[in-house]
Amino acid sequence: MKEFIEGSLAVAEVVRLCKPGVISAYPITPQTHIVEELALMVSEGKLNSQFVNVESEHSAASVVLGAVATGVRAYTATSSQGLLYMSEVVFNIAGMRLPIIMTCANRAISAPINIWNDQQDSISLRDSGWIQLFAEDIQEVVDLHLIAYKLAEDKSVMLPVMVCMDGFILTHGIETVDMPTQEQVDKFLPPYKALYKLDTANPISMGLLGDPDYYTEARYAVQKTLEETLELIPKINADFAKVFGRNYNGLVEEYLVKDAEKVIVAMGSVCGTAKEVVDEARAKGKKVGLLKITSYRPFPAEAIYNSLKNVSKVAVLDRALSLGSYAPLSSEIKAVFCSKKKKPEIISNFIVGMGGRDITKDSIREVLRLLTTKEVTGEFIDLKPELLKESYE
Amino acid sequence: MSNQLFSPGHTACAGCGQSLAARLVIEASGSNTIVVNNTGCLEVFSTKYPETAWGVPWIHSLFENSAAVASGVEAALKYLGKKDNTNVIAQGGDGSTADIGLQALSGMLERGHDILYVCYDNEAYMNTGVQRSGLTPFDTNTTTSPAINSAAGNLRPKKPMPEIANAHGIAYVATASVGLIPDLQRKVKKAVSIKGPKYIQIHAPCPLGWRHASDASLQVAKLAIDTGLYPLIEFENGKLTAVRQIQPKPVEEYLKAQGRFKHLLDKPEEIKKIQAIADNNIEKYGLKASS
Repeated sequence: MKEFIEGSLAVAEVVRLCKPGVISAYPITPQTHIVEELALMVSEGKLNSQFVNVESEHSAASVVLGAVATGVRAYTATSSQGLLYMSEVVFNIAGMRLPIIMTCANRAISAPINIWNDQQDSISLRDSGWIQLFAEDIQEVVDLHLIAYKLAEDKSVMLPVMVCMDGFILTHGIETVDMPTQEQVDKFLPPYKALYKLDTANPISMGLLGDPDYYTEARYAVQKTLEETLELIPKINADFAKVFGRNYNGLVEEYLVKDAEKVIVAMGSVCGTAKEVVDEARAKGKKVGLLKITSYRPFPAEAIYNSLKNVSKVAVLDRALSLGSYAPLSSEIKAVFCSKKKKPEIISNFIVGMGGRDITKDSIREVLRLLTTKEVTGEFIDLKPELLKESYE
Repeated sequence: MSNQLFSPGHTACAGCGQSLAARLVIEASGSNTIVVNNTGCLEVFSTKYPETAWGVPWIHSLFENSAAVASGVEAALKYLGKKDNTNVIAQGGDGSTADIGLQALSGMLERGHDILYVCYDNEAYMNTGVQRSGLTPFDTNTTTSPAINSAAGNLRPKKPMPEIANAHGIAYVATASVGLIPDLQRKVKKAVSIKGPKYIQIHAPCPLGWRHASDASLQVAKLAIDTGLYPLIEFENGKLTAVRQIQPKPVEEYLKAQGRFKHLLDKPEEIKKIQAIADNNIEKYGLKASS
């Protein structure tokens, strides 16, 4: 049924429909509306779940770790500093192969302290072993949560999934969303059955010491699983389409890419703005397209190669930095074409929307204007040079 | 696989007080127990893949989060309707309890989870090579509180963890010692019979870190009790309800049995300060038996 609904409330509702037995979270802007709504649902008896109010994000992640290890579906949500604070547990969850779902309301990282949107938080944990899916709009956020549970709990995966939604833009934005029904969700997502769990009837030990004789293989297994997950994600999205009628590729989305000469590559809500600018350019007869990356981990190198190999100029938008080096998404897109014969002539990279600076249509138009035969790297869009002249003296 | 709850054949040092304490705890709690373990000696020596000493469901996540992981286990058991017939024990060493894990422990105690937290107190970070922790006693020689030249070792007395746990208003707090085995097991059985959060801190000698012979662990533990340096006490619903009474021995008897205090034996003024700590315990908790 279509509803005009805030992103956070839509997430809470879809999480309710997934029936997690344990929810644990610590409040952080802009994640709060999600967990407030879930707490209310539990209090009102609309959701049968143990809601554990913890004293930190480190404990929130630890609580859901313990719950899933006991064989119960669990959910948490965080953002920014909270994600960094729980990062030790985040890595641990993936290594222990526990299929936890977390929403990350993407927000900038301090300092300076900043509560607004960029994607530095999730991107900073890209090496943790979590699957990371980025949403463009609220409908996709809702759908990705369903896909996330199905994917994480697949016996061939058994890895956690982070659903990434741009803070405020998607958490506090209101859109018309086709909300799933309980019947649809039950059809798509079976109850969670753990492969292994803490059970006094069948005692096992979990989280053992892996010395040099064993550690490598445990990490190799996560790497291989993530590679294989690239094939499973489109299949699960096809299953999703059968029940819900919405078709996603799940790895990347091509928007007018086929004949494009210039393609923007981006993740998250900026894709909506970029599509409008693409439409505008197309109306003027310019062959421009957008490649949206939905699955950042596992990184869909082959899909990206196939989408961009015949494109002449590519502009990669990064909403996060790797301070002191190339921006994360651009360096990985470039790596896709390293030693390939077919490749774009130009892969330029633009830094946009840090700490909540609006990415307007003009920002995207500027990117297209700067996407010329001269390759640029780490070019900041909408930078204010006058602020850089400020001095202590 | 052995059907014992905690099997021999693990890799603990000879005379390890913690391995003895861990076995006594799980045997007292029984097979209907799920154990959540912090990183530390116990975790390393009992669960080196592909072997495990544990005959109950056991999980280790990180150094400081056993209280939080156990909170999740307990919440999941409640959701499954299995909590009433399952004990949940979270456990760790003194460093992971009183220092890095104190926040997670405080959260668990405050939230009222039905969990027994056990701190195995060997009074320093032994797994990493005897660095001082918040539960290292005053004047102890450790690798990060070295007693060299005029320095007498650790500058601060033990953090009062049992009092801190008790201040959370929980139903049961106790200290125990491997020097008094029936008392230790009685306290564990009592703790798991009570609903809500419980805290037990067990004095567990480490021959390597305390520098005593590996066959002297129990004697050393007994001396800690008998000098008043490790008072055995029980708090129920915030009130001190029982103490192990002693005929106090001078602290020097305890100190001279261990290399970690050897530097004090020619410093009578330091021994006086330690005697004052014992005397304060004896006074505060009423440890002195009327003879």
